[in-house]
Amino acid sequence: MKNPYLPLPMRLVKNFIETEDNLIHTFTLEFLREEDEKSFQYLPGQFAEVSVFGTGEAPFGIASSPTEPGHLKFSVAKVGVVTTTLHQLPEGTILGVRGPLGNNYPLEEFKGKNLVVIGGGFAFTTLRSLITYILHPEHRGDYGELTVIYGARNPGLLLYKEELAEWEKRSDINLVCTIDRPVEGWNGRVGFVPTVTKEVAPSANNAYAVICGPPVMIKFTMPVLEELGFPPERIIMSLENRMKCGIGMCGRCNVGNKYVCKDGPVFTRAQLNQLPNEY
Amino acid sequence: MLILNQDQLANWLNQLTDTYKVFAPVKDGDHYTFKEISSGNQVTLNYTNTKVPPKEVLFPRSEKLFCYRQENEGIQLEEKIDESKKVIFGLRPCDAKGFLLLDNVFNNDKYQDPYYLNRRKNTILVGLGCNQPATTCFCTSLGGGPFASEGLDILLVDIGNRYVVEVVTEKGQELLSGLNLPAAEPEAQEAARKVKEEAALSTSINLDGLKAKLDVIFYDPIWDLIHEKCLGCAACTYSCPTCHCFDIVDEAEGKEGCRIRNWDACMFPLFTLHGSGHNPRPTGKERFRQRVMHKFKYFVDNFNAVACVGCGRCIINCPVNLDIREVLAEIQGLEVRSDKQ
Repeated sequence: MKNPYLPLPMRLVKNFIETEDNLIHTFTLEFLREEDEKSFQYLPGQFAEVSVFGTGEAPFGIASSPTEPGHLKFSVAKVGVVTTTLHQLPEGTILGVRGPLGNNYPLEEFKGKNLVVIGGGFAFTTLRSLITYILHPEHRGDYGELTVIYGARNPGLLLYKEELAEWEKRSDINLVCTIDRPVEGWNGRVGFVPTVTKEVAPSANNAYAVICGPPVMIKFTMPVLEELGFPPERIIMSLENRMKCGIGMCGRCNVGNKYVCKDGPVFTRAQLNQLPNEY
Repeated sequence: MLILNQDQLANWLNQLTDTYKVFAPVKDGDHYTFKEISSGNQVTLNYTNTKVPPKEVLFPRSEKLFCYRQENEGIQLEEKIDESKKVIFGLRPCDAKGFLLLDNVFNNDKYQDPYYLNRRKNTILVGLGCNQPATTCFCTSLGGGPFASEGLDILLVDIGNRYVVEVVTEKGQELLSGLNLPAAEPEAQEAARKVKEEAALSTSINLDGLKAKLDVIFYDPIWDLIHEKCLGCAACTYSCPTCHCFDIVDEAEGKEGCRIRNWDACMFPLFTLHGSGHNPRPTGKERFRQRVMHKFKYFVDNFNAVACVGCGRCIINCPVNLDIREVLAEIQGLEVRSDKQ
């Protein structure tokens, strides 16, 4: 019987300060054993439990894409005991990872469709995974137009600036970054994500929307997507709830009869409409 | 059916302790509790029910999942799987049913919990029928009964100075090999039948239509009132044979430590508190609703079974006499309106 509680040993190879407020770091981890790397088969949207031995473990969405072999990336906000310890760890530290856990974005359903990816703040981690996956030469042809709308309070709080710059140069992705208030030197858009979504007005025709962000952004973007004609079955969301086991047993992350860890974290809006509003 | 004399019991238990870890009801101050015994004399079988169920034999309140030692170039993990052979002796039929329900959780559609499942596989359940159910018992409402053998390997029926032994499974058969118990003669069988007949339950709950009601009352104002008495102490969850919530923590010193899981409860505010400060179940209302919904709706949705065995422990142990039978009756009395947020 495979023990789902045992973490695989990984080495922290990079502890990178992602945002100017120093609250988000991106951690790059490498497997210590080749067989673990082979067995860790994941897809965008899934998460993993990261162990800081001696402190505990916490669940994070996987920010890297399976098209980037050899390592995993997690972007982590400094919030609690585990994440604060994690932020202070020197490169070279041995960590543990168990997973991949949860379901993934419905990549099969997305095939042949246009995609509108909407993200806000630091809830962009598994969206990075998704976009990187789709932009990979082996996959890009499977999907239609790719529109990405990404907002943060100010430019310094945008994650993955390197990737954003690369995506900006490409013609097969329409990247729209926005910040809340004007800042000197910022040439992009200014405005909240719901407003910018309305302005960009991506067509709902043959399209899926994937949306991750703070609750307030989701709340005000939903009516915009509805107006644009996205039916609830084609709006994809990813939930977060407090988790411990990650395998549907410890009892805390449920929304109605669904466990975010085991049955999610990816749900369609239609599925969430059937569940109580307890997340 | 076989027959076992009461004076053979201690010897049998003594024999069993040679091969198995035997857990049996033992008097503990003013109540009874399942403890590992070293001798048959420690066991008391004239109890109504134990304060907490024997759930913890398979799912301990606190257990090490693994221990680790950090080294320069890696980490050594030592898995803590318990493979020992066990017997739970003298448990009530309701508690055996509790294990059947827990099996759904620890062996779900995607994952197996090796800690629980290994113990489960290596544990034999010897039940004792309830000649005198308590006034808080309502197992018959949940499809069980004071002499139900479902989930047991052996069921003992106390007929005075002897036990009628019903062998339910092969595992149970094995446990009796070497004892050479005689078959129960018609007289004993008749006595057992009579004991069963006389074991009457005085209370019940009504499950008819309950699930359909719970399906549409998540936002009903009933939850604003019904939880008010609740202190959120979680005595109900800690004494429930089907509650399975747990927490996982590290305990470490220097380079060595263990990952430990401890029972936790949906009645506690920290249980669902996000790092951001947001809490999806911020008050007693949401937490009490979760407990009722989980047992009588979500579990039914997921496993087609109610996560309650009718043992009545949550009623007995509640410090403010919040009675699940009354809660359900109140819900049953609701006129169902359409559920709106």
